[in-house]
Amino acid sequence: MTDAAPTKLRVRGINMVFERDGVRTPVLENIDLEVGEGEFLCLLGPSGCGKSTLLNIMAGFLSPTSGEVTIDGSGVTGPDPRRVFVFQERGVFPWLTVEGNIGFGLFKLSREEREQRVAHYVSLVGLQGFEKAYPQELSGGMKQRVEVARALAVNPDMLFLDEPFGALDSITRLIMRSELLRIWQAERKTIIFVTHDIDEAVQLADRVAVMSVRPARIRQVVEIDIPHPRDFSAPRYLELRDGIFEQIGLAHKV
Amino acid sequence: MSALTQPRPWERYFWPALAASVLLVVWHWSVRWSGTTVFPSPLEVQKGVAELARQGVLWGYSVASLRRVSIGFSAAALLGVPVGLTLGWYPAAAHVVNPVIQMLRPISPIAWIPLAIIWFGIGDAAATSLVFLAALFPIVTTSMNGVRNVPSMFRRAGRNFGLSPLRLLTSVIFPAALPQIIMGLRIALGVAWLVVVAAEMIAVDSGLGYLVIDARNSGKRYDLVVAAMLMIGAIGLVLDLGFRRLEQIKSVRWGFRE
Repeated sequence: MTDAAPTKLRVRGINMVFERDGVRTPVLENIDLEVGEGEFLCLLGPSGCGKSTLLNIMAGFLSPTSGEVTIDGSGVTGPDPRRVFVFQERGVFPWLTVEGNIGFGLFKLSREEREQRVAHYVSLVGLQGFEKAYPQELSGGMKQRVEVARALAVNPDMLFLDEPFGALDSITRLIMRSELLRIWQAERKTIIFVTHDIDEAVQLADRVAVMSVRPARIRQVVEIDIPHPRDFSAPRYLELRDGIFEQIGLAHKV
Repeated sequence: MSALTQPRPWERYFWPALAASVLLVVWHWSVRWSGTTVFPSPLEVQKGVAELARQGVLWGYSVASLRRVSIGFSAAALLGVPVGLTLGWYPAAAHVVNPVIQMLRPISPIAWIPLAIIWFGIGDAAATSLVFLAALFPIVTTSMNGVRNVPSMFRRAGRNFGLSPLRLLTSVIFPAALPQIIMGLRIALGVAWLVVVAAEMIAVDSGLGYLVIDARNSGKRYDLVVAAMLMIGAIGLVLDLGFRRLEQIKSVRWGFRE
C-alpha cells in the first residue's frame, strides 16, 4: 500500500466460529487488516484455511462471531452493489446470454444506457461476437470473463474474487491474470483476491496477506514491490516468492 | 450398428421400423396359430380403426379426452407452479404443508373416483377434476424442489446486485428452477393422460377410456378395444414429444442432459 492511498477497507479483530452438531470449529482468529483505495490485495493460504470465509465476511454475506469490517468508514451489514463478489465461472447465469449476464445488474438504467454499458464491457473482456451466446456454448475462460464483466458493469468500487481462475487450465489462467491486471489498471478498483497459489499471488498483488492453517491468522503481509509487468524469473520476484514459500513452511522442490 | 459409431441416416428409421414390423408379424401369426376368435389380429384392428374413424367416434372421443386433459392439466399448472414456488421460497410454509402433500401424493387418483362422483356427479367435471388432482401433486413437488435446489451462488449473486426480493424471485429463482419445473410438468402431463382414460371408464360416456370399456361391454368388440388402446398410446406419445420440444429452448436447455 502506498502511503498516500486512503484506507478503503478495515478489518478489526474478526473471529469466526462455526458451530455444527454442538461442535465448535474456530475458523478465523483475531484478524486485523487494512486495504488501501485502489489496492490489489491477495489473501493467500492453504485450502480450507478460512480465507474464503474471511472474503465472505468482507462482502457482507456472513456475519463474524466478533469483530467488525468497515468500508469507507461505515460498518458492513450486507452485500452491496458497490462491492461485487466474483465466483468461479459457475456463478454465471446459464439461462441468460452473455449480454443478459453482463447487463444483469443494470436493471435501474434506461435501455439505451444499459446497451452502451454492456457493449463497453463486452469489448473490455474481449467477447465481441459472443453477445448472443449462452454460457454452455462458452469455454471456462470465456465464462470467467463474463463473470468479471458482469461485476465491472455495475461500476463497483471494490471487487472480491474467490479463487476465480482455480478451475481454468494453466495457460488460460495466465492469460486471465494479465487480463485482470489490465482491467485493474484501467479501472482502478480495490481488489481483494483469494488464492492458494503462491505464484498467482506474487504475480498479481500489491501486497500478499499470508494466512496460517485453520484457525487462520494472518502470519505476515508481504509487500510486492515489483512494477507491472512482472518478470517471473527476475531475482526480486524469486526472492519474494521463496520468502512466502518458507513462510508457509513448504519446501519448494518436488 | 455398434454403440460407438454414429448410425447412418437410413438406420435411424430402418431399425425401429423393423422392430415394429416384427412385432406385428408375431402378433398376426400368434392370432392365426392359436385360432382365437376373441383376440383381434392387426388387420382386424386396422379395420376397427377405420370403422371408428368413419363413424366420427375416433376423432370425437379423442377431442373429448384431450379437452379434459387440457383443462385439468392447465388448472393444475396454474395453481401448482405458484404454490410450489411459494413453498420452495418459504421453507417455514413448506414445513407446515409438506406432510399433508406427501401424504396425499401416493394415493392413486383412481381412488378419488368415488369422491369425485359425490362432489361433481357423473360427468365432465368429475373426470376433469381427477385429471387436475393427478397433475397437481407432481407439479407442486417439482416446483418446490426446483426452488430449493437453486445453487446458493445464484441467490448470492442476485442479492449482491441489490435485487428486491420480488425481483430476485422473478429474475433468478424462477429461471434457475425452470428446467425442473418443465420436467415436473412433463411428468404431470403423462400422469394426466393415464388418469383421464381410467376416469372415463367410470365417470363419463365419451372419450377414449369410455370407448375401451364400451367396446368391450356392448358386444365384446375387442378389435375396437385394441384400436382405442393404440389411439391412446399414439396421442400420449405425441403429447410427450411436444413437451420435449420445450426442453430445447435455449434459456432452459442448460438444465437438461443432451
